[in-house]
Amino acid sequence: MGRITIEKLNKTYANRRKDPRSDDDPLLRQGDRVVVLFDIDLNIMDGEMVCFLGPSGCGKSTLLRIIAGFEAPSDGRVQINGKPVRGPSADHIFVFQHSGLFPWMTVAENVGLGLRHLKNRRDRQEHVSEFIEMVELDGFEQHYPRQLSGGMQRRAELARALAVNPDIMIMDEPFSGLDFLTHMKMREEVVNMHAFIQKTILLVTHNIDDALIMGDRIVILGGSPTRVIMDRTLDFPRPRDFEKSPELSLLRSELFLMMGVNYAV
Amino acid sequence: MTTTVRRKGEKQPYAYLMPFLGFFALLLIWDVLARFSGWSREVFPGPVVVLVSMGELLADGTLVRHTVASLFRVTVGFYLAAALGIPVGIALGMMKATRSLINPLIQFLRPISPLAWIPLAMLWFGIGDPPAIFLIFLSSFFPLVVSTTIAVDGINPTYFHVAANFNFSRTEIITRLVIPAIIPEVVTALRMTVTISWLVVVAAEMIAVQSGLGFLILDSRNALRMDYVMDGMIAIGLVGLTLDYLMRQLGDLESASWRKMTH
Repeated sequence: MGRITIEKLNKTYANRRKDPRSDDDPLLRQGDRVVVLFDIDLNIMDGEMVCFLGPSGCGKSTLLRIIAGFEAPSDGRVQINGKPVRGPSADHIFVFQHSGLFPWMTVAENVGLGLRHLKNRRDRQEHVSEFIEMVELDGFEQHYPRQLSGGMQRRAELARALAVNPDIMIMDEPFSGLDFLTHMKMREEVVNMHAFIQKTILLVTHNIDDALIMGDRIVILGGSPTRVIMDRTLDFPRPRDFEKSPELSLLRSELFLMMGVNYAV
Repeated sequence: MTTTVRRKGEKQPYAYLMPFLGFFALLLIWDVLARFSGWSREVFPGPVVVLVSMGELLADGTLVRHTVASLFRVTVGFYLAAALGIPVGIALGMMKATRSLINPLIQFLRPISPLAWIPLAMLWFGIGDPPAIFLIFLSSFFPLVVSTTIAVDGINPTYFHVAANFNFSRTEIITRLVIPAIIPEVVTALRMTVTISWLVVVAAEMIAVQSGLGFLILDSRNALRMDYVMDGMIAIGLVGLTLDYLMRQLGDLESASWRKMTH
């Protein structure tokens, strides 16, 4: 189960700025705190793939880090399956923007991190190779992360996250820094994987197309301080194609306009 | 006209002779200086005299005995320093609160030369191995603590998030994250400190003990045997060379070289 309830979540940081940026925005300045996230309410269903969009620095990553338990909210509540989040846990695995693989461990050892509870060595090895095969890294078990390409590193990290069998996977810009083709392939893999395992996936991205192709739902954060400015469920069938679905294409133009781009190519 | 293209990693023929060439040049210059300096061979012995007397010292076992005595002290002092300094460094690196308490003390004690401790060491530990070992320990302990602390501090914070995410226990954080992450830096620090402790042992042996290469040098000076003094110096250099070589091998171990491996 991976149901997430976010109620009245606020996040503020200490303001390092001496002078107010502007006087006419009372919300931005509460004493000497800067409000990053303001009054976020979200209900995420079990098995939903939610894509978070928003301009750089709007607090998308902060929101995900709060859900993951790396940071505490200043106000409000985050609950997973009805229980408040008290810190990081193997139930909700965070896949990092830059590689979070341990560079001193081989691919197999990294993937094995989530399977430490299996005491039987053979059992563990079988599971490890199962997940390595799932991301098509067989043959690279004994390689160290830096001997792999960027795309392979992401896949290894994906395998490691999947191996824990988490309720929720949280991905912070999982495709950033990948070349175009690898990006497309990884996107497809994540979509297929989601269809296969039906886990709740939260995914932060800058890429509107990624969100439209992948998401069951798109949440756009924006404004100052950051609020949810759009929350839309996408019930287009997959595989999705902008050219064949005029409705999707229309939504795409709308989103681009919303993010400040007049002509989407 | 022929040009030869060498593949990467392929060594030039006779490349292994290069280091020996350096030593040969040194011997040659030494010999010329000794011959034309006008000093007697008691004051400035040439290489031939020194090598012959080294043969004598080797034959009666003196040189080996003194070298072993020095190596013993270095080994004990160095291992003690590593066994205590690295854990202290890890603890300081992980507990940011205690660091501000202890770090100033360490930075205060660090610049005090181990040699300044000699009077105290002799008073506390008497004559023999203990004061020398204590001095070697001091010389390696502080550098090891400081480099280990810095190494722990430099670990990418993402890795600690990953550890928390995968429910690492406190022990697992240390054994599976902190220790492997700092091994490359710690090996470099060990390489530096083993040289320092080898420097210190000679100085320590000139004062508190009746054996070791430092004692050999001092004793030979009292007997006005400059050739023996030089034999002692050569032995020190050779052992230093060997220690550095061994430490370099340590740096090439798989666990220490994950940082170097790039595709």
